[in-house]
Amino acid sequence: MGKTLSEKILSLKAGREVKANEVVTVSPDFVLSHDNSAAIIQEFRQIGLKKVAAPEKIVIVLDHVVPAASEKHALNHKIIREFVEEQKLPHFFDIEAGVCHQVFCEQGFALPGLLITGSDSHTTTYGAFGAMAIGIGRTEMASIWATDEIWLRVPETIKFNLKGKLQPGVMSKDVILRLIGDLGAEGANYKAVEFAGEAVASLSMESRMVMTNMAAEMGAKNGYFEPDALCLEWLRGRARKEFEVIYSDPDANYEAIYEYDLSSLEPQVACPHSVDNVKKVNEVAGTSFNQALLGTCTNGRLEDLEMAVRILKGKRINRRIRMLVLPASRQVYLEALKRGWLEILAEAGAVILNPGCGPCLGAHMGVLAPGEVALSTANRNFKGRMGSRDSAIYLASPATVAASALEGQIVDPRSYL
Amino acid sequence: MKGKVWKYGDNVNTDVIFPGKYTYTLMPPEEMARHALEDLDPEFASKVRPGDVIVAGRNFGCGSSREQAAACLKAAGIQAVIARSFARIYFRNAINLGLPVIQCPEAVEALEKGDEIEVDLQAGEIRSDKGNFRFPPFPESVIGILQAGGLIAFTRQKLREKGII
Repeated sequence: MGKTLSEKILSLKAGREVKANEVVTVSPDFVLSHDNSAAIIQEFRQIGLKKVAAPEKIVIVLDHVVPAASEKHALNHKIIREFVEEQKLPHFFDIEAGVCHQVFCEQGFALPGLLITGSDSHTTTYGAFGAMAIGIGRTEMASIWATDEIWLRVPETIKFNLKGKLQPGVMSKDVILRLIGDLGAEGANYKAVEFAGEAVASLSMESRMVMTNMAAEMGAKNGYFEPDALCLEWLRGRARKEFEVIYSDPDANYEAIYEYDLSSLEPQVACPHSVDNVKKVNEVAGTSFNQALLGTCTNGRLEDLEMAVRILKGKRINRRIRMLVLPASRQVYLEALKRGWLEILAEAGAVILNPGCGPCLGAHMGVLAPGEVALSTANRNFKGRMGSRDSAIYLASPATVAASALEGQIVDPRSYL
Repeated sequence: MKGKVWKYGDNVNTDVIFPGKYTYTLMPPEEMARHALEDLDPEFASKVRPGDVIVAGRNFGCGSSREQAAACLKAAGIQAVIARSFARIYFRNAINLGLPVIQCPEAVEALEKGDEIEVDLQAGEIRSDKGNFRFPPFPESVIGILQAGGLIAFTRQKLREKGII
C-alpha cells in the first residue's frame, strides 16, 4: 500500500516510515504568526530562553489590525517590532505588506514538500503549492520558537476528485462552499483533504488558494493540491529555499474519495451562521443586505478583483449598499492600481481599504450594526464575527458579491458576464 | 471538584466563545473571562462559578486558532469541557493551556443545564445524579502536558532536562 502526500512529508521529517494515526515529533520548515506574535512573545519569555531556536524559520506578518486601530493595538505591534529587532528575525513584514497568507505565498515561503505550521487557522492555504500546512495555537508556537519541534498525528486523507470545467461566473469559491456544505463543518476534522482530478489543471493558483484556505472550514488539518507545471511556474523566482516535489502514491490509502463534476455547479452561498449552511444562490436570490465585502485571504487576489471589475465597470453599485474592497496584499493592491481597477471600483462606489484583515473578524474598518447583514467573500460567517451579535453574514464568490452589490440584493452573477 | 453544567449545542465556534474584536491586544486572563461566551450566552460570564463544567455537542471550538477561546474559559473557572467532539486546533490549545477537554457523547446526551457533576480525570469518570460516565484516558503525549500544567511549563521542564536552560 502506498502513501499519501501527508504521510510522505511526515515520514521524511520524522526520519522513519510512518502511516496515518501514528504520532511524530518533527521540525517545521517555516512557522508563521501575525499580530498574535505579541502573545506568543509573552509565552516564549515564560519558558526562560533568551534566543529563539531557529530565527530563519520564523515568518511574522502584521495584518490583523493594521494600521493599529487603538493604543492597545499599537502597543501590540510595538512589542512585536522590538522582539524582531532583538532576535534579529530575518522574515518580518510590517503593516504595509498585506494579509499573512497571501504575503507568505507571494514571498516564496509556501513550497512543495515543506512542513509549515502557523498560529492561524487558515494556514492551510499553503497546501495550494503542495506543502503540508497546519494551523496551531499561540502557546504551541511559543514552544516551537523555543524547541524547533512539534508533535503531530499523521492524518488520514479524504480525496476530492474534481471533473469537468466551471461555467463562466462560477468560481472556485463556489466549489469549496459546495464541498463544505456536503461534508459539514466537522467533516474533515483531524484529517487531510486532497483536491485532485482533471479539473484541477483549469484552476489558477489563485483559485486553488481559495480552496485550501477554506479547507479549514471543514475542520481539516491540512488541504492540498499536488504541484503541477502551473504551480512550479508560479514559484519560479520566488522560492526561498530548495524543495522537493512530493506526490501521493497512486495506490495511497484514502479514507474516502468523493467525485464532483464542476460543469454543472451553480453559484453557491453559505447562509448565516455557519459555513456549512450552504445553498444555491438561486435559493436565496432576492435577499437584501447592507454591506458587501470583496477581499481577504480567501478572495482578495487579482482574479477576484478582475471579476468585480468586469461586473461593475462603468456602473454604480446600489445606493443602499456599502461596498468594501480589501486587496489581499500590497502586491495585489499595486497591480490593481496600475491596471486602473481600483479606480473603476471606486467610481462604482466602493470604498478601497488597505490590505489587512480588519472587517473580516470585526476588528475595525467596517463593522456591522445590530440587525445588519453582510455579503462577503471571506471564509467565515459565525454569529457576530463582523460586529454586532445581532448581525448576519452570507459568504459567496467575488462574482456573486459584485453582481449582488449592483442590484442591492443577492443575485446569480452568471447573467452579468 | 464539583460544579454545575452549562449546556450548549453543536459547532460552538471560537468567535462566540471569544469575539475577534478583543483578540489582538494583550489582555490579562481575568479580563478575558469577562468576555467568555459573550455572543452565545451573555449571562455566562457573570454567573459562572469556579468548578463549573461546559457540556456541548459536536465540533466544540471550531473556527479560529485564537487561544483566548480556551484561556477565557479556564480563567472563568471552568474545570473541564465535555463534548461529543472537538475541533482539532481547539483541542490542542486547551490541552496546551491545561484545560481538560473530554470527549464523552453519553454524558452529553444525559446531562442538562444546572446538573451538578464531578469530573475525575485520574479515574476517567464523570459522576452525576444522571449516572456515571467513563471516558478513555488521555494519550501519553497529552498526560505529560496536563501534568506539567500546560505546554509552556512542559517545554521548560524538557529544556531543563536537556540542560538548555
